[in-house]
Amino acid sequence: MSKVYYKSADDIEQLRKAATVLSQLLGEIAKEIKPGITTLALDKLAFDYIQDHGGRPAFLNYNGFPNSLCISVNDQVVHGIPGNYELRDGDIVSVDGGVELNGYISDSAYTFAVGDVKEDVRKLLRETLVSLDLGIAQAVSGKRVGDIAYAVQEHVSQFGYGIVRELVGHGVGFKLHEKPEVPNYGRRGTGTKLETGLVICIEPMINLGKAGVKFWDDGWTVSTSDGKPSAHYEHMVAIRKGTPDVLTTFSYIEEVLGKKS
Amino acid sequence: MAKQSSIEQDGVIKEALSNAMFRVELENGHEIVAHISGKMRMHYIKILPGDRVKLEMSPYDLTKGRITYRYK
Repeated sequence: MSKVYYKSADDIEQLRKAATVLSQLLGEIAKEIKPGITTLALDKLAFDYIQDHGGRPAFLNYNGFPNSLCISVNDQVVHGIPGNYELRDGDIVSVDGGVELNGYISDSAYTFAVGDVKEDVRKLLRETLVSLDLGIAQAVSGKRVGDIAYAVQEHVSQFGYGIVRELVGHGVGFKLHEKPEVPNYGRRGTGTKLETGLVICIEPMINLGKAGVKFWDDGWTVSTSDGKPSAHYEHMVAIRKGTPDVLTTFSYIEEVLGKKS
Repeated sequence: MAKQSSIEQDGVIKEALSNAMFRVELENGHEIVAHISGKMRMHYIKILPGDRVKLEMSPYDLTKGRITYRYK
């Protein structure tokens, strides 16, 4: 783990640019999500897109990660390695990507529904997204990491979903993983104080069933221990006084999904 | 990309090394070298071989740990 880096206003603007490229990339991915496409094809799309926009995929070779995107299907929680798996109708697929632009790193993720997905899984996706928004609402100067964590936990536990404990959100900006750790469960008023200049990634990882996860032998993929699906959404937030400054956006994705449905 | 948070585990102190370091046997059988946390040092909490303790370990280096609590 690195240290806590506080970013200047200029740094935040540079990060916003990196975040925008990433958000647009996820919008492009949204266009391609349909049954039959392989996860490797999505990864290639991301690699090309990021390079075309003058960036570098932040995940590639990060601690040896072999690709540009983490693509996690159904019961995979995070860090799925793209391969020859073809998406099927009824799958949910979580796409997590990162872009480095001029030395500034962005990180964001979205869980897509492929074709016809069962209602209880759709609800998991909806409520996880709501919990992310509730967490973001706490991400202002003066609050603590525990306030964000509690907001996510409180919303999600009312549905009986499992909250993944072994994986957490994190600071981001100059490095992909910086301090502080931002868990998805916690007590209000505890944890690092959020001050202006801090940039964090809030990423609820919520399981339909129990919270337990297992780590695969490939050294990366994490999946639920009970085999039930898991949702994952991630936004980058710059802390400041007043309202949260969300650097990444799902508006590109929503535009595509809105057109589709 | 999500980050792995520090793992909390329990263990038993096997022997005391110098500089407030201890060899600890974890519940899963592994033996690691752990150091006493600053907070415990500050409050002069002594630990001896045979004590059950709680440790914090980084998922990125499973050979080292930090002793954060001594059970009664």
